[in-house]
Amino acid sequence: MNARRIGAAVVATGLAVGLAACGGGGSSTGSGSGSGSGGTIKIGIKFDQPGLGLKEGDKYTGLDVDVATYVAKKLGYAADKIQFVQSPSAQRETLISTGQVKLVVATYSITDARKEKVSFAGPYFIAGQDLLVRADDTAITGKDSLKGKKLCSVTGSTSAQKVKKDIPDVNLQEFGTYSECVAALVSKGVDALTTDNTILAGYASQAQYKGKLKVVGAPFSTENYGIGLKKGDTALCQKVTGAITAMISDGSWQKAVDTNLGPAGFKPGPGNPPTPAACS
Amino acid sequence: MGDILAKYNLFAAFWMTIKLSALGAVGALLLGTLLAVMRVSPVTTLRAIGTSYVNVVRNTPLTLLMVFSILGATFTLGLSFSDQATTNAFIWACIIIAVYHAAFVCEALRSGFNTVPQGQAEAARSIGLTFAQSLSQVILPQAFRGAVAPLGSTLIALIKNSTVAAAIGVADAAGLMKTISENETGTLGVFGLFAIGFVILTLPLGLWFTSLSRRLAVKR
Repeated sequence: MNARRIGAAVVATGLAVGLAACGGGGSSTGSGSGSGSGGTIKIGIKFDQPGLGLKEGDKYTGLDVDVATYVAKKLGYAADKIQFVQSPSAQRETLISTGQVKLVVATYSITDARKEKVSFAGPYFIAGQDLLVRADDTAITGKDSLKGKKLCSVTGSTSAQKVKKDIPDVNLQEFGTYSECVAALVSKGVDALTTDNTILAGYASQAQYKGKLKVVGAPFSTENYGIGLKKGDTALCQKVTGAITAMISDGSWQKAVDTNLGPAGFKPGPGNPPTPAACS
Repeated sequence: MGDILAKYNLFAAFWMTIKLSALGAVGALLLGTLLAVMRVSPVTTLRAIGTSYVNVVRNTPLTLLMVFSILGATFTLGLSFSDQATTNAFIWACIIIAVYHAAFVCEALRSGFNTVPQGQAEAARSIGLTFAQSLSQVILPQAFRGAVAPLGSTLIALIKNSTVAAAIGVADAAGLMKTISENETGTLGVFGLFAIGFVILTLPLGLWFTSLSRRLAVKR
């Protein structure tokens, strides 16, 4: 009897907490897109990607954050009405389709598989897979000079899969996050780190790595970063696309790229600034 | 779901998980037994070493140990098993899994020691057996039989904890799941598929250990 009573109490508490959480979430996302007066908007970003989406204390910095802030402003939400939500790569589709976030601006490459689950506005940036090496390393000049070198990337990432496919006998060390790869690169455990050049430039721009690391600058893939939103929400997609176009034409885009990725001497690759595709 | 099964080699990934778990489990059992013996030995220093090992290792996050094996041990201290990064990571992953779970095996075995009545040890000593003899002939066999159930729980935890090896790039089930959610988008179906895989690995083990513990228990 006693066990059953305790069980009932636990279930009741769980329900109450669950309902409270739902209530809180519902009221804050209640106001639809566009109007925005008084309401807040939830936007998914990365919290651990310097130069793109980084959370330090209660401050958010990076290119994705600046793009998200600009787009939100065009949708009618002031900067203090944005609620940033952490969106790890594996959870981005779920966060969008369950309505936990309105937009995802998180180094989100537009791919066909993802288009089946979510819709994209953009691209707002064209990145490419590149290499990060120690500043005094002149031997590595691109993908073809990696023979006999130790390479680092993140387990399961598109970049790791690509080098495994392109360079069959590659000596690849994989970690859970890029930060560990950067630590390995600095301590000379590996010779190069490979992923999107934006992410690499973000690390190279960090104060503690300044002058120690450099991006090789020979991209060997094309990644179109888009803003993810609910599948089929063409109205929202068009508004976001309009905002991206405005950001590029009024110079805010260039400013955001220069402040966030510029300090390490990074220049956006060919195709930038991109022309956002039409919404479908 | 069918195309995911056709496109990715789930079997190879789970086979890696099984290899990792099996090698880790053997290492953990050997090291854990040694630690348990140290913890009940009459030598104060050995007891202290055993106790500190268990308390330090048990309270260190497994991910931290895993990453340290590559960033710290391999890259900084130069303790590398192979020039090939994947081979080195696999061997280190087995070692770390063994080292980490040895602490839990030790505690499971210690609970087994407690099921052996004090009189058994006293009787063994009174017929002239040395510490080593009474341990190997009288105490340990009974302790193992009394510790089957907690050892089974430790093994199940070990199998699930082996997924942490993906953090240093071992191509196990967790690594493949990351790849699939990167390429095909992360959906509940993908997570469910891998959850089922682990249930298939662990559920029969749990049932087997339960029946084993019942059959092997020393009836007193």
